[in-house]
Amino acid sequence: MSARAWRRPSLWPRPWMGPVVWSGAAAFLLWNAVSLEINPDRIARGLGRLGEVAARAVPPDFARTGLLVSGVLESVEIATLSTLFGVLLGIPVAVLAARTVVPPAVYASGRGTITLGRTFHELIVGILFVKAVGFGPLAGVLTLTVNSVGFFSKLLAEEIERIDRGQIEAVRATGASRAQILIYGVLPQVLPRIIGLTIYQWDIHLRQSTIIGIVGAGGIGATLLNAFSRYDYDFALAILIVIVAIVLVGEAVSAVARRAVQ
Amino acid sequence: MGAALRTLGQVAVVGLAVWMLARLGIRWEYVADAPWQIGDLLGRMFPPEWSAAGALVGPLIQTVNIATLGTALAIALSLPVALLAALNTTPNRATYGLARVVMVLSRSVDTLIWALVFIIAVGPGSLAGVLAIAVRSIGFVSKLLAEGIEEIDAGQVEAVTATGAGRWQVLFYAVVPQVRPVFAGVAIYRWDINIRESTVLGLVGAGGIGFALNEAILGLEWSRVGMILVIVLAVVAASEAGSAWLRKRAT
Repeated sequence: MSARAWRRPSLWPRPWMGPVVWSGAAAFLLWNAVSLEINPDRIARGLGRLGEVAARAVPPDFARTGLLVSGVLESVEIATLSTLFGVLLGIPVAVLAARTVVPPAVYASGRGTITLGRTFHELIVGILFVKAVGFGPLAGVLTLTVNSVGFFSKLLAEEIERIDRGQIEAVRATGASRAQILIYGVLPQVLPRIIGLTIYQWDIHLRQSTIIGIVGAGGIGATLLNAFSRYDYDFALAILIVIVAIVLVGEAVSAVARRAVQ
Repeated sequence: MGAALRTLGQVAVVGLAVWMLARLGIRWEYVADAPWQIGDLLGRMFPPEWSAAGALVGPLIQTVNIATLGTALAIALSLPVALLAALNTTPNRATYGLARVVMVLSRSVDTLIWALVFIIAVGPGSLAGVLAIAVRSIGFVSKLLAEGIEEIDAGQVEAVTATGAGRWQVLFYAVVPQVRPVFAGVAIYRWDINIRESTVLGLVGAGGIGFALNEAILGLEWSRVGMILVIVLAVVAASEAGSAWLRKRAT
């Protein structure tokens, strides 16, 4: 009598599929690596150089406090202003992109705007604004304002689509106009969500404001890029530490504020 | 009282905004000019230089490869981090703390900044991009993965332990099968994010289509810039649709 041996349950419906899929994936990754001209030798040499750079970067040099502080302040200002403008711009876009409150044609244009805002990385938008209004924090504010439409409006639009229809019906029954329905029937229902999203958006903008300086749109990223290109590694490390600190503080502030609101 | 407080709040917000705007030293004539400038820029991009599409296929494939390879590397590196960062699989407090520190460092530095760091190490090119994407993704992937591990059914772990299985056997027979769907979902999700990130790596010299974009902008070839933006739009939209479809099937 041959007892049937227990086998580990497999992910694949046929036994041959596993090896085929995995070796296919491995071959694909190998092709990726070959086409990017990546080889172990380069990685090994790179890691060695990284060690040298790290040795030169320690201890971090916080002596140029003025540059650090002004960079941080500019990043915070860009993040805050762009959040404010982004929300002012984002609320109407969200209304236009909520299927339940606008006609289908308007809905399509609203969703289109959101998709466009979500697709392009903030640095691409940043380059275009730097070309349009020149170097500096103004380009950064405009960049992040435009960029927030994708995130803020998308989530707000979804919230608007989920609201209680009864309240809208009630307001409409009083003979209210479309604008009045929005202000008295829709807005009170989504206000907590707007506040929560605004805080979250500020947190995200704070992160983004640390890198848009790379394309000249202001903030501490420009200081970092300069330090790197002048081989000023100890100052660069100081800036990196400051960036990590800002991001963590921003995350903590936003978490506390959101909990307080909800 | 409530109304007064609200008015005070509104005045404070407007005051803060005005103060910050004043500090930024904005040249208002530039602001007034901005809509015209942006319109002019868009006008120059249109129509996009369709004939450049052929030359952009190479950089496009490079972009996708950087994202794919970076994601694969990130997953390999995230597995141990996630196991150490999940309360039910981490051996002790010290390993838990270590995993948390790795996750925070990875997540709070942007991909572009990681790219600058790796360019110093391995020189400009796609390798720096792959490493930047990988290191940046570790925090995200291992955080979600650790949450998935923490939510597994403890009964199955106990059942396998009761058979006399060792630590590794428990891991492979009780933990791994349970987190597999979460794992596939997170990997696909991060790959989608990384496609978008890898479109700009070239701006700092870390390979991909961003490099072509930077060249076209520096050369003021705006219709070529328009073409590149169309391609970026298409590839990001395609990866978003593709990853949504895959995630629905995998999880």
